[in-house]
Amino acid sequence: MEVIHYRELTDEEKYEHFMERIENDEKIEAGDWMPDEYRKALIKLISSHGASEIMGALPEKEWVPKAPTIDRKLSIMAKVQDEMGHGQLLLRVAEDLLKPMGKNREDLLQDLFSKKLKFHNVFHMPSPTWADAAIIAWLVDGAAILTQTMLLKTSYGPYGRALKRICQEESFHAKHGESLVLALASGTEKQKQMLQESLNRWWEPLLMFFGPKSTKDIGHSSVDINMKYKIRFKTNEELRQEFLTKYVEKIQLLGLTIPDETICFDEEKQEWIYQQPDWKKFKQVVSGNGPRSDARISLRRDSYDESEWVREALSDYKNKNQSLVG
Amino acid sequence: MSHYETIVRELLYQLADDNFIHSYRGSEWLGLAPHIEEDVAFSSISQDTMGHASIYYQLLEKLLEVPVDEISHNRKPEEFRNAILLEEVNGPGDYLNSPKYDWAFTVVRHLFFNIFKDIRLQSLNQSSYEPLVHAARKIQTEQYYHLMHWKTWFYQLMSSTEEARSRMEQAIYRVWRDFGGVLTLGKYGGEMSDLKLIAPEAQLKEEWLNQIQQLFSEVDFTIKDDPGMEKGNGRNGEHTSDLVDALNVLSEVYISDEEAVGW
Repeated sequence: MEVIHYRELTDEEKYEHFMERIENDEKIEAGDWMPDEYRKALIKLISSHGASEIMGALPEKEWVPKAPTIDRKLSIMAKVQDEMGHGQLLLRVAEDLLKPMGKNREDLLQDLFSKKLKFHNVFHMPSPTWADAAIIAWLVDGAAILTQTMLLKTSYGPYGRALKRICQEESFHAKHGESLVLALASGTEKQKQMLQESLNRWWEPLLMFFGPKSTKDIGHSSVDINMKYKIRFKTNEELRQEFLTKYVEKIQLLGLTIPDETICFDEEKQEWIYQQPDWKKFKQVVSGNGPRSDARISLRRDSYDESEWVREALSDYKNKNQSLVG
Repeated sequence: MSHYETIVRELLYQLADDNFIHSYRGSEWLGLAPHIEEDVAFSSISQDTMGHASIYYQLLEKLLEVPVDEISHNRKPEEFRNAILLEEVNGPGDYLNSPKYDWAFTVVRHLFFNIFKDIRLQSLNQSSYEPLVHAARKIQTEQYYHLMHWKTWFYQLMSSTEEARSRMEQAIYRVWRDFGGVLTLGKYGGEMSDLKLIAPEAQLKEEWLNQIQQLFSEVDFTIKDDPGMEKGNGRNGEHTSDLVDALNVLSEVYISDEEAVGW
């Protein structure tokens, strides 16, 4: 039998081989050959997922010291720590993909600061009351679970493995959120009102979280490429429908009103009818022009700049000790 | 309440409040640490520390028959018994707006306090108050990792660039000026040791100084004077406006609805 070395294949043959692997549901690993389009799609998805975890810690961070009881303080601290951990896991996965392109974490962070690297719309929004911490943990994390569970079977092995751990922790977060929401929903009038106002604030961003239904809404989308390579398996609208099926009734059972008079389930079409969010606003928000975008990005950037001397010291220490060993 | 219980209560307040405020200052760093790995590690440490505060507050709950959250979230600043050094802000700005936090100060304060915390826990291991012995043993298992974490930072920053060394030395002098406030047991200190609740203050201090001298000798640093207590003795209820501000943040939600029975 004639043995042909992989490196002797033409790019077309490599691509064909790669697509066969995708069709066979094989997992692609960091060192495997992959088309540029696949690598770029992964970098875009995973680095912005990582950035969302890191930036997502900030709206809740605002409530960490203010959490009303010791137990709530402990659980929100644990949750925000997990989010940071997810960010770190995902950035590690993105870093491996960036390596052949001569880029590293520093580039990712600079892209975040310059708004080139986008993060989820929800983390550009204000979280002015304790109830926002509750709604975020219950519904934003609930929405994230649906997206991330769909991604578990992703064709890129390292991403799938990171997601496995992330999903396990997210389900704890949703429980934490549910518990916060329940306490407020069964509390005083003031607590209930605070919760309702927070839901009113978050409803539109939550619908936006899954992204537009069609590319017409914002002009472009990477959903098709991601589906072709089996990076993801469901459309934005399918996920949003799942979210509504899972949460509309639960929200109403808590005595809360969904701020959309038109919302109903169309039995015939077997789908939810709802007021479309303002997709122009969505595009503006994810481009870094949301109500809290600048404040949160500068909080990150300034603290990063402030501690530059620390990173310099660490790299100096590492160099000195390497030369001692060498 | 018996005399013994009164003194136990005083000691428990010191232990609980030290950890509560220290954890709070740590949690303000969330999302702002020098790198993401440190953010994960540091927030885990702050969470553990809040857990330690919770353990001590629960002992107070049993003793005083007042709920944990009332004790931790609804006391006047002058009723707090934490050391003043631990309530000091991390740096200019607040945790939400333009914080200019000082990492060197944070490393030094955390390490020096954790060395003391470790010595104090070892002493509590032999306390005449049985619940404290159990609490101390539980906390000690986590303490080992916290100490290792801050020691690593200390050695690395003290042995790297000139700038880092200079920032760290400034931080050591700053922490030194008020560390006496951590080492003291306050006005009931004599009774605490007489009742065998904890070792005498002088003994705890001597052990701390020994360990610090050892640490300093490894990074070629010396300091002559004893640690000071310039800003006052928090063990006796003396505090700064930093504590008042901190408690306003920590209790903001808890006291926002007087009718609320649960959160």
